Amino acid sequence: MSHVGAEAIRFRGVTIEFPLADGGRYPAVAATDIGVGAHEFVAIVGPTGCGKSTLLNAAAGLLAPSAGEIHVLGRRLSGLSREAGYLFQQDAVMPWKTARDNVAIGLEVNGTARAEALERGQGWLKRVGLAAFGDRYPHQLSGGQRKRVGLAQVLIRDPKILLMDEPFGPLDAQTRQIMGNLLLGLWAGDRKAVLFVTHDLEEAIALADRVVIMSAGPAARIIGDHAIDLPRPRDASEVRLLPRFHELHKLIWDQLRDEVLRAYEDSA
Amino acid sequence: MRIGRGKLLVLQVLVAVVVLLAWHIGSTVPIGGRYLLPKFFFSTPLDVASRIWMLFANGTAKIVTCPEPIDFTRILNISDPCFGKTIWQHLLITLTEGVLAFVIGAATGIAAGFWLARNALMSAIFDPYIKMLNALPRVVLAPFFMLWLGLGMWSKVALGVTLVFFIVFFNVYQGVKEVSPAILANARMLGMSERQLFRHVYWPSALSWVFSSLHTSVGFAIIGAVVGEYLGSAAGLGHLIQQAEGTLDTTGVFAGMVILAVFVLIIDWLVTLAENRLLVWRPPAAASQA
Repeated sequence: MSHVGAEAIRFRGVTIEFPLADGGRYPAVAATDIGVGAHEFVAIVGPTGCGKSTLLNAAAGLLAPSAGEIHVLGRRLSGLSREAGYLFQQDAVMPWKTARDNVAIGLEVNGTARAEALERGQGWLKRVGLAAFGDRYPHQLSGGQRKRVGLAQVLIRDPKILLMDEPFGPLDAQTRQIMGNLLLGLWAGDRKAVLFVTHDLEEAIALADRVVIMSAGPAARIIGDHAIDLPRPRDASEVRLLPRFHELHKLIWDQLRDEVLRAYEDSA
Repeated sequence: MRIGRGKLLVLQVLVAVVVLLAWHIGSTVPIGGRYLLPKFFFSTPLDVASRIWMLFANGTAKIVTCPEPIDFTRILNISDPCFGKTIWQHLLITLTEGVLAFVIGAATGIAAGFWLARNALMSAIFDPYIKMLNALPRVVLAPFFMLWLGLGMWSKVALGVTLVFFIVFFNVYQGVKEVSPAILANARMLGMSERQLFRHVYWPSALSWVFSSLHTSVGFAIIGAVVGEYLGSAAGLGHLIQQAEGTLDTTGVFAGMVILAVFVLIIDWLVTLAENRLLVWRPPAAASQA
C-alpha cells in the first residue's frame, strides 16, 4: 500500500563508505534503492554487521551518503532530518533527567513552555504504561522501561517518520513482545511511516508491512523485498501462531540463511 | 564482610583509645627510668586537649565580651581589636581562602575544560603545556605568589587555585569528551541546538564529573590555603601551626593539627551532603566509586 508521490523515504542509488585507517575506504552499503511509503511499516533484516544501522543513520541525516540521494517526504535530505524521530539501540535517554523530564524535553527544545511540556509528558508516560514512574531516574528503571521512556520522548514530538535501530535488541524475549505490542498499538493511532531495523526475522514479520532483506557486508545491498500480508490489527505474540506467519517465515528465512552463513564465515 | 554499624563504631573508637592511651603512657609514665615519648618531642594527649580547649574558650570569650557590635565587613581584618586573631578568626581566614581558591579554581577549570574539549586545535596546542604545569609541584610556586600578591590572603588563594584548577579542568574535559555518543545523537535528533546541547547534555555530564572529584578538589583548596599560610602569613591555621613549630611548642603543633583535621572532616561531611543532593540521578555503584 505504498503511495507513489507521497513517499516518506526514498533511497536512490545510495552508497555509503567509511574511511579506513590505512587510507582506503570500506564500502558499507552499495547502490541501494528502497522506498518507505507514507503510513508504511518497513523492517530491514540482515546478518550482523551488514550496514542496516548505517542505512538508518543516513535516513536520519546523521551521516551523509558517499553517492546517491535520500529524499524525505519528497525533499532531498541534507543535514539532520527534522521530520524523523529516531529510537536508538543503546540507552539514549539522559541519565540526569527524570523520566518525565526526559519525555518533556522533546517538546521543550521546540520552545514549548515547560509546564505544558511536563503535562503532555505525563500524558505520554501514561500511554507507554509508566504513569507512576515519572519521578524516577533512568538508572531506577528496567531496560524495558527505559525503552518506553525513549519511545515516549520520540513520539511526543509527533514526527512524521519513525526510524528504529534494533530498539528492543537488548531486551529479553518476553519484554520484546510486550514492547512490540506497545509499538503496534501506538502506531495504529496515526500510522507513521516506520523504518525498523532488526536482526530478528520473527520480530520483523510480526510488526511490519514489508520486510526487506540485506545481504552480508561489505558493500551490502538489498536482496529481497517481501510484502507481509498478515491481517491488522495484530498481536505481536499471537500473530506468530498463524499458518501464514510460518509460510512467510520459511520463504524469507530460506533467503536470509545463506547471507547469515556468509556473514558468519567471513567473520570466522 | 558485613559488620553492624554499632560494632563498627565501637571498633573505630577503640583504635583512637589505644593510640591515645599509648601516647599518654609513653609520654607521662616512665618505663625503666625513661620516657618512651618524651614530652618535649611528643607533648601529651591531655596537654593537647587542654590547649585546644583554651584556644576555643579564650577565643570565644574574646568575641562574646567584645564591647562594640561586631562589624562583619571587618571580620577578616586581623588587626580588628575585637577579634584580634582568636582561633575563630584563624579558622575563618583559612576557610575563606579555601572557599575562594575552590570557587576561582573550579570556575576557571570548568571554563577551560569546556573550551578545550570543544576545540580540538586548541586542545592539541595546549596539551603539552597543561601536562607540564600539572606535573610541577605547586609548592615551588608559593614564593612567587608571595612576591606577586603579598603575604595576605590572595597568595594563599592563588596556591589553592593552582591545585584545584587542574583537578576540575581534567574532570570537565573528560566529562565533555565522554558523553555517550548515543545520548548525543539522540539529543541532536530531538532537535537540540548547540546551546541546548550545552545546557541539557554537556553541562550535566561535565558537572557530574566535577562533583565526583569534589572531595579531592575541596581538600586541595584547603591544603593550598594551609600550606600557603605555613610558608608565610600573619593568620590562619597554617600560621598557627607554623608559629608553634617556630617556638618548639609541640603541644601547639598537635593542637593545630587536631583542629585542622576536625575542620577538614566537617567540610568533607558538608561536601558529602551536597553531593548526595546534586547527584541523585547517579546509580549508587557509580557514585560510590568516586
